[in-house]
Amino acid sequence: MSALDTRPTGASNGGSRSAAEVRLEDLRRIYGSTTALDGLTLTIEAGELIALLGPSGCGKTTALRLIAGLEDADGGRVVVGSRDVTNLPASRRDAGMVFQAYSLFPHMTAQENVAFGLRMRKVGLGERRQRAGEMLELVGLSTQADRYAHQLSGGQQQRVALARALAIRPSILLLDEPLSALDARVRSQLRDEIRRVQREVGITTLFVTHDQEEALAIADRVGVMRAGRLEQLGPPTDIYARPATPFVAEFVGLTNRLSGTVKDGSVDVRGIRLPLIAADTPDGPAVALVRPEAVSLAVATEGSNGPLSGTVIAVSFLGAVTRLTVDLGDTTVLVQIPTAEAAAHPGGTRVRVALRQDPVLITREDGLGRP
Amino acid sequence: MNRRRRRRLAAFKTVVYVVLGLFFLLPIAAMVEFATRGVGISSPRTLTAFTSIGSDPELVDAITASLELAVITSMGMLALLLPTMIWLRLRVPQMVRPVELVCLTPLTIPAIVLVVGFAPIYNWIEINVSDSILMLAFAYLILVLPYCYRALDAGLSAVDIRTLSEAARSLGASWATVMWRVIVPNMSSAVSNACLLCVAVVLGEFTVANLLNFENLQVAISILGTGNASVSIALAVLSLILVFFFLLILSFLGRALSRRRSAARA
Amino acid sequence: MTAVAVSEAAYVSRPLRGRLRVSTAWLGAAPFLLYTGLFLFLPTVLVAVGAFSGPHGPTLANLARLSQPYVVSAFLNSLVLSAVSASVGAVVGSVLAYAVATGSPDGILRRLVTAFCGVLSQFGGVTLAFAFIATIGTEGFIVIWLQQHGIRFYPNGVWLFSLTGLTLIYTYFEIPLMVIVFMPALDGIRPQWREATETLGGGTWHYWRHVAGPLLMPAFLGAWLLLFANAFSAYATAAALLDIGGVIVPLQISRALSSEVGLDQANFAAALALGMVVIVAIITVLYARLQRRSARWLPR
Repeated sequence: MSALDTRPTGASNGGSRSAAEVRLEDLRRIYGSTTALDGLTLTIEAGELIALLGPSGCGKTTALRLIAGLEDADGGRVVVGSRDVTNLPASRRDAGMVFQAYSLFPHMTAQENVAFGLRMRKVGLGERRQRAGEMLELVGLSTQADRYAHQLSGGQQQRVALARALAIRPSILLLDEPLSALDARVRSQLRDEIRRVQREVGITTLFVTHDQEEALAIADRVGVMRAGRLEQLGPPTDIYARPATPFVAEFVGLTNRLSGTVKDGSVDVRGIRLPLIAADTPDGPAVALVRPEAVSLAVATEGSNGPLSGTVIAVSFLGAVTRLTVDLGDTTVLVQIPTAEAAAHPGGTRVRVALRQDPVLITREDGLGRP
Repeated sequence: MNRRRRRRLAAFKTVVYVVLGLFFLLPIAAMVEFATRGVGISSPRTLTAFTSIGSDPELVDAITASLELAVITSMGMLALLLPTMIWLRLRVPQMVRPVELVCLTPLTIPAIVLVVGFAPIYNWIEINVSDSILMLAFAYLILVLPYCYRALDAGLSAVDIRTLSEAARSLGASWATVMWRVIVPNMSSAVSNACLLCVAVVLGEFTVANLLNFENLQVAISILGTGNASVSIALAVLSLILVFFFLLILSFLGRALSRRRSAARA
Repeated sequence: MTAVAVSEAAYVSRPLRGRLRVSTAWLGAAPFLLYTGLFLFLPTVLVAVGAFSGPHGPTLANLARLSQPYVVSAFLNSLVLSAVSASVGAVVGSVLAYAVATGSPDGILRRLVTAFCGVLSQFGGVTLAFAFIATIGTEGFIVIWLQQHGIRFYPNGVWLFSLTGLTLIYTYFEIPLMVIVFMPALDGIRPQWREATETLGGGTWHYWRHVAGPLLMPAFLGAWLLLFANAFSAYATAAALLDIGGVIVPLQISRALSSEVGLDQANFAAALALGMVVIVAIITVLYARLQRRSARWLPR
């Protein structure tokens, strides 16, 4: 238990402790014959929010639990600030954790829940109350302090859980899919709320999620994981616009797989030359991964029948944008355009497809049935 | 869970299982040992105690009676409790709580107290209806109420009976069809659980039968115990094993049924 | 089935006779209410009435006999026996239930233990008394086996056939009953609560003291009450084990019931039975008080 824990509360935001850098070095975890974590190395800068993104079973939650000390690493180190915590039990790691759902103690009020960690640290009752009050205020629940978990909505419960995790002034905040049990509206609200609080407190944070939209929206940097390894780590815009691997490209956002030929540092797709993300790609046949919003449509001129003309076979209205599926004869392509423009292309009409000159990623794997 | 805690938990569980396993299995082993003892001090093990059970007509009668009572009580329980519970949930929900309370009262009124009240009633039944031991089923139905209510209640709350019955009614099913063809098949494991408890209670029942002067299985075991201890204990062992296997079979039946159902659903 | 048919007719004619529907729908419960009225409430009423009746009309004489020393001591014995065996059964049973609940939910061990507990919790009675006689009776095999190794199992006299022995035997069906009753409560404990406690700086002791303990307390108290009532009303085991009658209340009742002396013996039995009901009622009220304090956080 650190002496910092009982420091008198100063500022009203709870971040009087200076944020710590967190380093994961070659972390490994093996369950029987499956390798859940295969040498994860990652540095979370002080005060930064990194989102670990990946499909279920990719090891993102395992990584989180290893940092929290809820599971033992089979190899590697966890370093928080200058302290190697790899062999410390969870109770001495100073990691605030927010679980997926139902983690509030049901027999305690919101305030008692928030004060629980301080009670474990033998903080006096008066200070406990005051600090719990501050934390509840931080998450906007001052008026609900005396409610039990079952009297709070799912979103409110997660706010209390966040306040509880922050009340102990942890050196790192760990969020394990904290929004996945909530409905869509509350989810995006609380997502922004978490980001606001995290910035206000200035705490180093790891956010685990399988929802790419969530990860891109909340994080300073996103780490995409697959089969226990980190595929790509970078700012959300990079992850989306310059995916390092086909897996990242297809897991984050929608992509079209269009076959073409690589030659002299660019790729020829249906007669259009597109620049490459990785310029040193060897020549030869390949599949280009093209985002739906990089495709645009024009009404087909009479009798046009080239490789870029096709028929609109499905239209889904998504609000500001509309997504259309165009049948090009040998393949279909997803197109995302502003709704105002989509009105010109109802289902069944002939259209001409154009591709924007964004750098694209090349894969030589076979398509897996995705458009 | 980290390694240290997992190891500690495993050690704790081993100790618990070994100590309690001994506590629970030793008396049963002792019964088997006692029942197979020979007459002399160093005489070999013998199964005569077991084989002589079948040759005692009074004993056979008691066993038969207990088995019949188990069946009758289970049937009666299902006929009385199940339609009432379903009906109230569907049509008179404000009566669900009071009926639950009634069903649970036998837990707080000791059986021996009920016997005192049963005595005059059974006097009347013996004179006006029948003096058959099967009349005990009336009393046993009350004794099994709390256990069966809980089992059936668990099953009913796992099934959305309102939607099921509305769907069936809208397709033209009668209330009887709704109950027996739609709802009951969807809670077969709860029904088999309830029957299971019924059988266990009835086959183990002694108090009521003994004090109302009927000779069921347990009373027969008790009477024999004063005369021929080894046969009595042999019978006790047999009935224990019998009920254990009966329960095991019923529980597997219930599981097989529910698995078939979930397979059909998937 | 007839009541069902009647109510069904009422359902069909609902648009016409809406008010009547409510009153006839109640008829669906009529067979059940009739039956429990006859075989549950009538006996209870007969007990209450019997307790106040004598050969010459209403009397308090039966209740007065409850103050006799041997009756008072039977009640005390019953109370102590039930409280001790319920407490031991509740504690040991919850430990066993915890061991089972932390295992795989579909594991063979859990199935076996639950099935075994199902049998043993219901199948007490005479069989059980014999089982213990065969184990640690004067000719029981543990006693004989120890004798062969020069150890006396009963250095201070045989206690199996006393209240001590009875208490031990009662735990044999109280523990399995506890496992069955308490298991659902343990299954309701979420692993996140333990993990949250750990990340907030609490150890195993803190978890049990501040989280799991208070959370399980309402279920534990409820189970204890059930175990108490179960032991309090148990009769078969004692009847088979004890030669002398009347040590505990159920044996007193049985002696009064089977006595040939006369009608007022039956009324005395009713008075004893009423006494038992009153005691269970008092314990239930105490329980409800405790429960209100330990379970104020439960959703209602």
